[in-house]
Amino acid sequence: MISFELSPEQEMLRKSIREFAEGEIKPRAVELDEKEEFDTALVKKMGEMGLFGMFVSEEYGGSHAGYLSYIIAVEEVARVDGSAAATVAAGNSLGIGPIYYFGSDEQKQKYLPKLCTGQALAGFGLTEPNAGSDAGGSKTSALPDDNGWVINGSKIFITNAANPLTSVVTVQAVTGKKEDGKKEYSCILVEPGTMGFVAKEMHGKLMWRSSNTAELYFDDCRVPAENILGKRGEGFHQMLKTLDGGRLSIGAMALGGAQGAFEMALRYSQERVQFGRPICKNQVIAFKLADMATQIEAARNLLYKACWLRENRKPFGKEAAMAKLFCSEVFKFVATEAVQIHGGYGLMKEYHVERFFRDQKLLEIGEGTSEIQRIVISRHLGV
Amino acid sequence: MKILVTSKRVTDPDMKIKVKADGTGIVTDGMNYKVNPFDEIAIEEALRIKEKGGGAEVVVVGIGGKDAALEIRSGLAMGADRGIHVLCEQAVDSSVVAQILAKVYETEKPDFVIMGKQAVDDDSNQAAQMLAGALGVPQACFASKVELAGDAKSARVTREVDGGLETIEVTFPAVLTADLRLNEPRYASLPGIMKAKKKKIDEIPVASLGVDTNPRVKFVKMTEPPTRKAGVKVADVPTLVQKLKEEAKVI
Repeated sequence: MISFELSPEQEMLRKSIREFAEGEIKPRAVELDEKEEFDTALVKKMGEMGLFGMFVSEEYGGSHAGYLSYIIAVEEVARVDGSAAATVAAGNSLGIGPIYYFGSDEQKQKYLPKLCTGQALAGFGLTEPNAGSDAGGSKTSALPDDNGWVINGSKIFITNAANPLTSVVTVQAVTGKKEDGKKEYSCILVEPGTMGFVAKEMHGKLMWRSSNTAELYFDDCRVPAENILGKRGEGFHQMLKTLDGGRLSIGAMALGGAQGAFEMALRYSQERVQFGRPICKNQVIAFKLADMATQIEAARNLLYKACWLRENRKPFGKEAAMAKLFCSEVFKFVATEAVQIHGGYGLMKEYHVERFFRDQKLLEIGEGTSEIQRIVISRHLGV
Repeated sequence: MKILVTSKRVTDPDMKIKVKADGTGIVTDGMNYKVNPFDEIAIEEALRIKEKGGGAEVVVVGIGGKDAALEIRSGLAMGADRGIHVLCEQAVDSSVVAQILAKVYETEKPDFVIMGKQAVDDDSNQAAQMLAGALGVPQACFASKVELAGDAKSARVTREVDGGLETIEVTFPAVLTADLRLNEPRYASLPGIMKAKKKKIDEIPVASLGVDTNPRVKFVKMTEPPTRKAGVKVADVPTLVQKLKEEAKVI
């Protein structure tokens, strides 16, 4: 059965998050971007709105609203600001996700209730300075000793991992060698303040300037044995599963961003008068808008279908990669045309569309570049 | 304590509206709807009174077709306890609304009613006053501040009137209406929306209330505001002053 109708709750959610985003996020977005400032008060407000833990069951403090509801929420936040959407998407997919799906009951009880209210944030440490697309080349190691694990190495570009709200970071580390000689990976939970662990905020970003990005350093950092997430040796599998879900939220950020940029371009084209009439009356502009709207509609349908597959417990890895790839490329096209329609004003920071143009670029790179998505998709095709 | 609030489904005031070519109304295709913003303020005030303690029940009433349930549900998502949906497909005017609400009032027997001062679609600003009249109870409209007495049997209401503020005291039961500055309504949070799913909305067919639903106001025609005529450019300041004096007669 095909149904394109959202539930009344999802309709209400979209409306409410849109009003919240317009009223609470948008007014400060330009200023926070300019100052490169991460606003913890905003994180708490977003927590009160229920933006964290939407796919988590109620016993751990979540709202169990479903994956599509989560995707709609990310989309609506991204419609006004990429940085705030990054905090939400990373907070859920990468922060809460691995602990919720792979953690022990004890770990879930310990971290999830605070993560689900926005009183705390968690990071997911995968990328290393010399291991980006080649995640298998990561070198950070965790060696067992009598009292637990000793971690050495470093991670880079880790969202939500170096701010006053960070309560834990999930770190992927090499924990030994498997029988076939390949590296054995495990995920280990490390809390800020642990001796030998330093998280440093990264600055000088092109995009997502008011989100929190960190470099993590581990120097003989010792954590107890029970800090391992799930079983030893499951780290690689956990990472792949986490990224499959993460791709949907990256898709949602791209879709929401494209929608926001399109709406700005549409409004501007109706108000901007040149040669005695609004510029949208020129076919060259009208056709741009038609193409933008068409691309966005196609992107939304692809992303929602991938969410539907996931919610109905069907394989969704291929569609998630397609949605991430397509939505982020649609956003690139829409953001570029939106700036073009704004002309000179689109190049100025006081116009939000300028920020969307910069924020767009990350989505083709983060959580698997567009090139890597094409590898993932082609492997699903059996080539 | 029980507080009765209203939630009217109105066209989104932020959208551009188009009048139908035959003047019988506006084009509703692709139109977004929402809770009347003044009703949201009224709901917020009822919730704040409830949250101050005393264990009030907040009941939200809506009148309209099946679709109007979404706006009642929005009130429940903000935190109201229970909904009443008077199913009514036909168009109603303020007088019919007041009569319907009077019937609901008789069954529910709330301590007081608080509703938006007017709906942003037709801007009539009459239903609350007519309701108070029909019930024979005091009214306190355009409230910018509501303070309940210690025994919760009356309220001190600050009203926004021409030229300033007026403070009056009304004994309950009474009808209050919310003005813009009474409060800033909360956003419906996701947990609130999920909880609202489980809250009850009673559906009452309008026919069962025994109300004469024939509107007293006859709708004649709707037209777009006339488009503004182009201005004129004047050559210099003396010409401008002369035109302001002789043509515009403003100086």
